[in-house]
Amino acid sequence: MSEEKYMIRLKDVNKSFGDLHVLKDVNLDVRPGEKLVIIGPSGSGKSTTIRCMNFLERPTSGEVWINGELLTHKNRTRIIRENISMVFQQFNLYPHMTVLKNLTMAPVMLKLMSKEEAEKTAYEYLDLVGLRNKADAYPGMLSGGQQQRVAIARALCMKSKIILFDEPTSALDPEMVQEVLDVMIRLSKENITMVVVTHEMGFAREVADRIIFMDDGRIEEEGTPEHFFQNAQNKRTREFLSKIL
Amino acid sequence: MTDIFAFWRWEYLWEDRMLFVDAFIVTVELAVGGLILALILGFAVGIASTLPSRIVRAVTRVYVELFRNIPLTLQVMFFYYGCIYGGIPISTRTVGIVGLGVCSGAFIAEIVRGGLNAVPKGQYEAAASQGLNYFQTMRKIILPQTIRIILPPLGTQLSWLILDTSVLSVIAGGDLLYVTKNWASNGTLSYGPAYLVCGIIFFIICYPITRTARKYEEKLKITRGGQG
Repeated sequence: MSEEKYMIRLKDVNKSFGDLHVLKDVNLDVRPGEKLVIIGPSGSGKSTTIRCMNFLERPTSGEVWINGELLTHKNRTRIIRENISMVFQQFNLYPHMTVLKNLTMAPVMLKLMSKEEAEKTAYEYLDLVGLRNKADAYPGMLSGGQQQRVAIARALCMKSKIILFDEPTSALDPEMVQEVLDVMIRLSKENITMVVVTHEMGFAREVADRIIFMDDGRIEEEGTPEHFFQNAQNKRTREFLSKIL
Repeated sequence: MTDIFAFWRWEYLWEDRMLFVDAFIVTVELAVGGLILALILGFAVGIASTLPSRIVRAVTRVYVELFRNIPLTLQVMFFYYGCIYGGIPISTRTVGIVGLGVCSGAFIAEIVRGGLNAVPKGQYEAAASQGLNYFQTMRKIILPQTIRIILPPLGTQLSWLILDTSVLSVIAGGDLLYVTKNWASNGTLSYGPAYLVCGIIFFIICYPITRTARKYEEKLKITRGGQG
């Protein structure tokens, strides 16, 4: 299998929490630069799927390949450092550090950049998310939407090829959702591989190259946004879409 | 009884004041030495108690429960007389520092464990998602947040440790309470001024510590608004 063809590959991935079988033989390839959106009802395994991609959850069985390398417990910190960032539902900014420090800490400590370089990069991305003036603020002083935009800037500062978004707008007040989506739409113009778990169908329609629908731990249907919104085949998919659209 | 605080007793006390100053210094030494040992042990054991290994966690449990549930006085006597009968020459000062340190370490281990558990799981995940390893995560992300959380109970523990130096009096530890008791029961029987002064000294050291800890706690409550 050629290595250039995919950035992320899940091969027969299963995940159980005790007796609960959450992922059932998930197979998925994500191409370099692809914008993949994962949708599905809660409990369908979409968050677990995305969390398997950077080993926040270790698959019970199956393989995760990142950029041509098999992800293992041993090499995970290196492979993550070199390839993947993540944006969380709950932001997970470091509350004891300023915004600027949140952005520069990891790149500097992991020796990806010098301190000056990291700060320059940080300000560039703070500009991108429109928060340059908050560089010296602490996360606790920011609104949810601002915190999530900082979290996106933090992910960008790692210069990763892949960014995983795990329900990035689900914890936000409704009026803050759009400012975060706008940043993500802007990002989608870049050559970054994006995997996004979300319920925001407008975003999916605008940005996704491909959408996959998960239900009960399986990928039930996949296709382009046009396919999904015009002639979804699967009954479960249609039911789900009719509920949230 | 009426002359228990008689003026002449105070004069005697003043004459022998250097005894009390020396004892005060011993108490401070015991407290500082004990605190350093307790912090090292407490952090090591507290962090170990959050590791995945069951064996490591079991060992930390045994340590914590053993030293938290036996009176310090008894621990110190065990240790001291154990060493004496075992033919190990040991000074009461060493017994004091080790005894206070090991016992207080058990309490600090629990405080540290609680503090570590109070840091949201998302913080570990954020660090892992950036490619930080365990030590980098602990050093940069988890411990700085833990220390903020545990500073108030740590302050309380420190004041307990200072008060607990008085336990050393059972093995003639040269500490403040021991010297006070000795001085008072020899000759003039001036218990009143002696114990009063001893109590005041303890209070003067410990009150600022517990008060600062409480003030910091209040401040923490106000400033810890939105959890990042």
